[in-house]
Parts: sequence; structure tokens; C-alpha cells
Amino acid sequence: MRKKLNTIVDGTLLLSGNEAIARGAWESGVHFASAYPGTPSTEILEAIGDEYDEIDAQWAPNEKVSLEVIAGASFAGARVLSAMKHVGLNVAADPLFTLSYLGATGGIVIVSADDPGMHSSQNEQDNRLMARAAKVVCLEPSDSQEARDMVGEALSISEDFDTPVLIRVTTRICHSKSIVKVGPRREVPVKGYVTDIAKRVPIPSNARKMHSRVIKRLKDLSAWGSESSLNRIEDGDRSVGIITSGISYQYVKEVCPEACLLKIGMSNPLPWNLIERFIGMVDKVIFVEEGEPFLEERVRSKFLIPAIGKDIISNEGELNPELVRKALHPGTTKAVTYYDAELPARPPALCPGCPHRGAFYCLSKLNGSSTGDIGCYTLGLMAPFNALETTICMGASIGVLSGIEKAVGREGMGKLVAAIGESTFVHSGITGLIDMVYNGNTGTVMIMDNSLTAMTGGQENPTTGKNLRGEPAPALDLVKIVEACGVKHIKVVDPHDLDEMENIFKEEFERDELSVIITRRPCVMCYRPVKKSVALLDPEKCIGCKLCMKLGCPAISWEEEKPEISKLLCWPNCDLCVQVCPVDAISKDMEGLE
Amino acid sequence: MKPVTNVIICGTGGQGILLASEILCEAARLAGNDVKKSEVHGMAQRGGSVSSHVRFGEKVYSPLVEKGTADLILSMEKMEALRWAPFLSPSGTLLSCDLEINPMTVNTGHAVYPDVISMMKEQDIPCRMVPAFEIAEELGNLRVVNVVLIGAASPFIPIKEDYWYRAVEERVPPKALDVNIEAFKLGVRSCF
Repeated sequence: MRKKLNTIVDGTLLLSGNEAIARGAWESGVHFASAYPGTPSTEILEAIGDEYDEIDAQWAPNEKVSLEVIAGASFAGARVLSAMKHVGLNVAADPLFTLSYLGATGGIVIVSADDPGMHSSQNEQDNRLMARAAKVVCLEPSDSQEARDMVGEALSISEDFDTPVLIRVTTRICHSKSIVKVGPRREVPVKGYVTDIAKRVPIPSNARKMHSRVIKRLKDLSAWGSESSLNRIEDGDRSVGIITSGISYQYVKEVCPEACLLKIGMSNPLPWNLIERFIGMVDKVIFVEEGEPFLEERVRSKFLIPAIGKDIISNEGELNPELVRKALHPGTTKAVTYYDAELPARPPALCPGCPHRGAFYCLSKLNGSSTGDIGCYTLGLMAPFNALETTICMGASIGVLSGIEKAVGREGMGKLVAAIGESTFVHSGITGLIDMVYNGNTGTVMIMDNSLTAMTGGQENPTTGKNLRGEPAPALDLVKIVEACGVKHIKVVDPHDLDEMENIFKEEFERDELSVIITRRPCVMCYRPVKKSVALLDPEKCIGCKLCMKLGCPAISWEEEKPEISKLLCWPNCDLCVQVCPVDAISKDMEGLE
Repeated sequence: MKPVTNVIICGTGGQGILLASEILCEAARLAGNDVKKSEVHGMAQRGGSVSSHVRFGEKVYSPLVEKGTADLILSMEKMEALRWAPFLSPSGTLLSCDLEINPMTVNTGHAVYPDVISMMKEQDIPCRMVPAFEIAEELGNLRVVNVVLIGAASPFIPIKEDYWYRAVEERVPPKALDVNIEAFKLGVRSCF
């Protein structure tokens, strides 16, 4: 069923930053969009898929492919958008850095959603630095209205200056909603594909000319940026001048509404003329920016001015109005009446019914563990499993496992397996597996196939048999592809069949050859159970052995001497606690399910 | 100039916090306010603490509420109400569902679920408990706990009744409209 955005009231919609980017793309005539899901960027393509049929939208296997596909569409004269989380841009960096030289025929917008504070990420890299390194334009919206507007601006800049444009948003922009003035779609014709080898084949003789053009382009853009409304001075009390961008702008306005400020909307290349004018207007300059001192270092090295910035505002974590108030206006700090009570933390946990639970329960029971990857299954590190001990990036579980073996041998590796989801395997795990086969590794890779890209909220991927819009699509056959890589021992198992799961782990721990286990059971987000059924505990039979607590199921809590199973949380299609109870004290009617 | 009203809706992943805050935002928008709301998706939704900040008035800049300034905190879980209490303004209202949901740290024996009521008394935190779970159970639909609660909160928020009902219509699927309207009404009544 279609989700619906709210109704237009007085020409406005209440949109998240991500929905506003989707809206902006639709209004500006974008023809084609591609992405790999990644928090906080995922809802951009979801909103396009749900709301805007005129845009051909699709999930790519990874960010690099996404960027390459939209590059091709741009070469053929279509307006295009690719969206990814900040670390996704690392995966797409290879095409990005050279696409910068090649430029754009149809407008190219690349959205990088950074995650200061690491709400759902493994690092807090500031991708304004990536835009600068790749010599592409970087725009920074500060709310949903600007997010919508800047997509249109970005496409014009891209076509006028022959450059890809990076729109750098952050979690707080992506996942905040605000009111957006909207308009109709403006159709822009696809220009058509025309051969242009000098423009699109960067052999050294061509690439040198391209690089000269890129450097001139940045100069031209800087001059243009000083006149553009993307960057603006808001005049006020000139004793201090604040230079800010993105969400930080909103916090400055909240805390110091009277301040004289320079709002930077285009942070690469910087509008030097405008900045020089602003510095001349004010007595001293303060930089308020989240993340790295990007504006501060560039402006201070250009104009050699004394200024305050990262000495009062940290480059760690996410900013908020309190932190900005403390830095700029400590006298106005709000009185806090109630103090922080000492309370147990509430970390995330695998959902009741989660297919990963059976696999981690068995691994943990056998004193095994895993090199981990990016997905819900990273939660295998939590108690009571304690069964995951490394994570780097998408796909790294496999490389890390094989590296450990190279260093300390099969014996030293002990009972470690690589744990990776099916979507992550397709994203960039498969190359790690090919490396293992090619270089004679042993060890076991566990592909946890839950038929969904789950951590990001439930998206289709090349193995699920559906495309972004939920229409049927060819499903990649994991068994065949693993076979084709040269793996001889492949087992497919339902991870909720605990006996079978445990036996397979035991066998694979003993094996001296490379093997792959595919644990296959759909994520609880894939389906609604057809019949209500909850696990029932017979307190007379229960001996209080706590084995069921080793499942780490949010539906089971320990009350005094017995477990209690929550009717509200128990998942109908799961019987793990029934299986582990040694005295049959837990029962469940599983008929009519599955 | 209409002053800005600050609201925080909190609880645990899967309780319908985002829908409750959608209804509030929609009502505020229909009533002619500038509105911003902010929340974090992703990992937090796997049963972790979840919160949504909503601010509305003539003109809103920051999407985040500052500590000590919330006019209303609506919690879907008892302990989460206490967790967010530092955000409450001295004149603010704290409403909480009387439901207790154990965090995994309690289930695994690494922590104990605290005596929330006496901890609130220690700090003189004025908290009104709403039996939203029981109300939803009576309605025969446990999924409307969030709408019962937003109904209970509505008399404390400066938005006229009409806009609330229009907002519920706007934000819930047509199939579930009747039960949600009923849940909202029972929520309002539970406060008096």
C-alpha cells in the first residue's frame, strides 16, 4: 500500500529533509534515481518510490554502482540523483573523483547523509572534506525547505558549470520535519546520448585538460557563489560576526537572534568575495559548525584572521542548541529543575522472532564467536550472546576473518566465523569470499539471509525477488553464486531449527576447508503472522534454569524466580523458547503458522 | 507573536511514538503554526529508547528542545518518563503511560528495573500516570496505546479540539480510523 505524505495546506507540506529532497528532485524534473539504503539517507529513495512515479527509481547493490549508473544516465542527458550515507560515499569515491573531471551532461546530484553523533554509524566523517578533495560543489541545507530548494539549485549548477554537485545533509536535517512550500513538477527533456570521447575518456592526455577545466570551474563557482542567494549575510549586532552552515545555522538563530551572521549554503568552493566583505563588516569572527573545522580552517588560512571556532565548539558529536548557547551566550543557559536520574540503559536488541537469534544462540552456546559486519546482526555482540567481536565497514567480516587466519592459522582462529547479511554480502562481501577461495583460506562464512535489508527499516535487495517499488524482479541465487566462487561446502539452514543449526556449527568448526553456511528465514518485518499465538509458561513445570533467558528475547523477562513472557511482545511465528526449555514448561500452538 | 511550544514524546522502539508525534505536528500545522519535529531512526528502533521533539509557534528555528524548556513530556513508558525529566520546564506537564517495559540490560540481569515512582517523588517530579494500556485493551486493540496517550496529552497543548480530530483522520489509515478516534476520545476523558 502507498504511504501518503500529508495533504498540501496553503501550498505547503510538512516534510522531513529526506522527503523534501525527494520532492525537490521530482519538481526539478529528475528522471532517474539510484541508491543503496543507509541511515540516515534511506527515506530519500523510499519517498521517490512511494510518491513520485515520474522518476525511475531503483536500489543498487552498492553505492559505487549507484553512482556509476547515474553517471551513465547523465551522459545520456537525464537529470539524476544518487543518495547514500556518509560512509557510502567512501564506497562511491572511486567514480566520484573522476566523474568530477568528466562533468555532467544531465544534472547530477549526489546526496551524502552524514551522521554526527553516530546515531546509526561507525564513524562521524565530515563529507564536506570529501567534496573538497573530489573538487565538486558542496551544498548544505539547514532545513527541509532548503533541502527541497537546493536540489533544483544543484541541478542548475551541475548543468551550467558541468560538475557533479554533492548535497551534504546530516541526521538532524534528514530526520527533522518542517514546513515546505512546494510546487508542480517541471518536465525537462532527456537530451539524448551523444558520443564525446574527449569529455568522457580520461586517458592521461584528456584527463590533464579536464583537470585544468576543473580548477577553472572552481574559481568561476567561487565568484558566482558570492552573488548567489545560497550564501547570505544576515545583518545584526556587528560586534561579533558568526560564520555558520547547515543545522548549526538554526541553533545560532535560536540562541542569538540578533547576531550578525554569514550563512554559507555552498561550502565548496567557498564564496571568497562575500566572506572578505563579511569579515570587513564585523569586529571579530566566530565559526559555529558541526563536525570538522571546515569553514574555519579554510577562511583563517586564506585571510589570516584571528577567530574563535573549534576552541569553544567541539568537533566530536552532534551539536544542539544547548551546546551552542553555552559557547555563544552562556548567560542565557536555561535552568534545569530535574536532574538526570541513574537509570539502566536501553540499548537496541534483536526483535522478538528475529531470525538471527537462533544462529547467535547456537554460536554462543558452543563458545563460538564471529567477525561481524554492518546490519542488525551487529547486535550479536550484545549479552547474552557476546558472539561478535569485530566490525569495520560493509563486507569487512570476511576479509577480517581471512586475515586472522593468515596471521595465526586455522588453530589460532578457533571458533570464529564471519557473520554477514545477504544484502551486505552482495554489497561488498562477495569479493572477500573470492579472496578467501583464491588465497587458500579455510574458515566459515555465515551469510544471514533474512530476505530483506533490515537495519535501515526494511528494503528490497537483489536477492529478495522484488525491486524498490515492490514489483517482481529476478532474485540472485546465493547458493549458486557461492558455488561459482569456488566454495565446495555450502549448507542452507533455518536458524530457528536449533538442533540443526548447532550441528552445522559443530561440523564446520571441525572442517579444514572453506565453507559457507546460509541461514535462511525471513525478517519479522517481511510478513504479518496469520494467526495469533503466544508462548505460554507453565509455572508449575518451570524449574527456573534460565536457559530461555540465554535467547536474549525482549519478550522474556525474569521475575523473581521464573521467567515471564510478554503477550504484547511475543512473536507468533517463533518457538525458540519452546525449543530450549528442557522440561517442556513453555508451549505454543504453532499450527496454521509458517 | 505566538510563543513556541515545546513537546517531547518518548518511549521505546515499536511503541508508535512517531505516529503520535505525526498527529501532534499535523494538528499544530492545521492550526496555522510553524512546526518542526526531530527524531532519530535506525538502530534506535530495535527496542531502544526513542524520542521525538516537536516545537510549534509563530516561527521555529531549532528542531530540538533544550533541557529545562519542555512544556509537555509524553512518555509511553514509565522509566523513559524519568529519563527525560531534565527536559521539563518548571511549569511543564509530565504524562506517562503506566506501562513498564524491561530493557535488555534488566532481562540479562545486568541491571534492575528501578522504582520509578519513588525516584520521581525524591525529585518532586509532577507526573500524571495514564492507564493507556488498559484503555487500549478494553478497546480490543493494543496498537492504539499511542493514540490514547496523545488524546490524554491534547488538553495540555494549546491546539483546539477540531484540529486534533482532523489530524488523526489525516495520519491514520482509513481502515483503522474509527478505533483511533475512539482511542483519542478515551484518552482525553482519562485526564479529567
